[in-house]
Amino acid sequence: MAQHATTTHAASDDHGHGHGEHFAHPAPVWVLLGTFGALIFLTILTVFIADNVELGSFELLVSMGIATVKAVLVGAFFMHMFWDKGFNVLVFLSSLLFFALFIGFALMDSYETLPNVSDYYKR
Amino acid sequence: MATTNVVRDEYSELVDLEHSHDHEHGQFIAHHFHSAEQQFDSGKLGIWLFLVTEVLFFGGLFVAYIIYRYNRPDVFIDAHHHLDTLLGGLNTIVLLFSSLTMAWGVRAAQLGDNRTTAISVLATMVCAALFLGVKAVEYSHKWDLGLLPGNLFSYDPLAKHDHALISNYLVMLCVPFGVLLLGFLLGAILNLNTGKKLIGQFYGGMAITMLGYFAGVGVGVLWMATMTPKHDSHDDHHAAVVVAADAVRPVVFSADDAAPKVETAVVDGAAAAEAPAGSTAPLDKSLGVFFSIYYCMTGLHAVHIIAGIAALAWIFYRSLAAQWRPDYFGPVDFVGLYWHLVDLIWIYLFPLMYLIR
Repeated sequence: MAQHATTTHAASDDHGHGHGEHFAHPAPVWVLLGTFGALIFLTILTVFIADNVELGSFELLVSMGIATVKAVLVGAFFMHMFWDKGFNVLVFLSSLLFFALFIGFALMDSYETLPNVSDYYKR
Repeated sequence: MATTNVVRDEYSELVDLEHSHDHEHGQFIAHHFHSAEQQFDSGKLGIWLFLVTEVLFFGGLFVAYIIYRYNRPDVFIDAHHHLDTLLGGLNTIVLLFSSLTMAWGVRAAQLGDNRTTAISVLATMVCAALFLGVKAVEYSHKWDLGLLPGNLFSYDPLAKHDHALISNYLVMLCVPFGVLLLGFLLGAILNLNTGKKLIGQFYGGMAITMLGYFAGVGVGVLWMATMTPKHDSHDDHHAAVVVAADAVRPVVFSADDAAPKVETAVVDGAAAAEAPAGSTAPLDKSLGVFFSIYYCMTGLHAVHIIAGIAALAWIFYRSLAAQWRPDYFGPVDFVGLYWHLVDLIWIYLFPLMYLIR
């Protein structure tokens, strides 16, 4: 039994984290503060653009782009994805893939049925 | 497996030999895990899977938003005049700050600094409650104006909105938090006086959290109060604007006061005049659908904030009990990930709801 325990312990060493208590990756303080500063800057930027810059049809694209940059910052540093196991990141990003499929098919359907909806309101 | 416990005990002994300075190693390792790291990795994968379901859960509502905005862009442009960008922006910054304090708390727990973790988690809970307080002011103001979901929508742009500063709906939304505040205060005083320091501190922290809610309500009401004179003039002008919009788009206007609000009213009136183009449903009914989507998305988000406060309270208690160590901080990390996801969803909700121009 002691043999078994030693083996599993050695196996956990293979993860490259050394002994059990070294799997923590405390984020450096400057990374946390820098991320927060960037997030506040981007929030002010997106409000400023919405209030003062005429972007027309690009407006949604720009505001969603800024939101995505903010989301990546939160995900990478606050949520530790930068230091996390690749598999966990893959699992989470897969949800975005399925969400994109969901939107894509729903929009395709909406595009096809939009004329019918307009006809309904004209009646 | 009957021998599992034996394996773990021997393993614990083995680890104890290696780290003899650490007298309680393995105290928090469940019997079916071989090591603290394995336990942490399992929990981490579990919370990531949960977050995947959360993304898809909110995904349905985002799709509803996208389809409706795609079909009726005019409704969304009109609706944004009813949402206060400053309060939304304030709430965004509050949530971003709460994410910082949460990440700070996780870092402290990883370093075994339970005191800093407790303070960080408390700050996170206060921010969460403050967010809810501001949201309560926003909601109650909309309910007063009749900006309600679906067929309940009864907003009349021509009506005079001489609503009270403190809405009855706001008072109702404050009652549960007031009761909790009193309960936690009482619990804190009683327990601290009878020497039960841990639970007393916990109740004290929760009372401070509830005070955060009332701070949010205060900020929201103060902001609404500074807006009220403008609101009244906005409403006074509104009838004239709508009439004017029928004839000619008003270029010259007695816009001596409240210039931005008058501008808003002009757009309102113009939209109302242009909307019945014959090809679409009446604007007011469609606005009701917008507010259905608005209340579903922000409401579900608020429910997540409340659930987050409950989960954070558990983390707060365990931080006060000094249970985190460099090899055992999983629960802080996992609740933190959930909290950051709630923040992530708001990062998208804010521009989609408040920043449509």
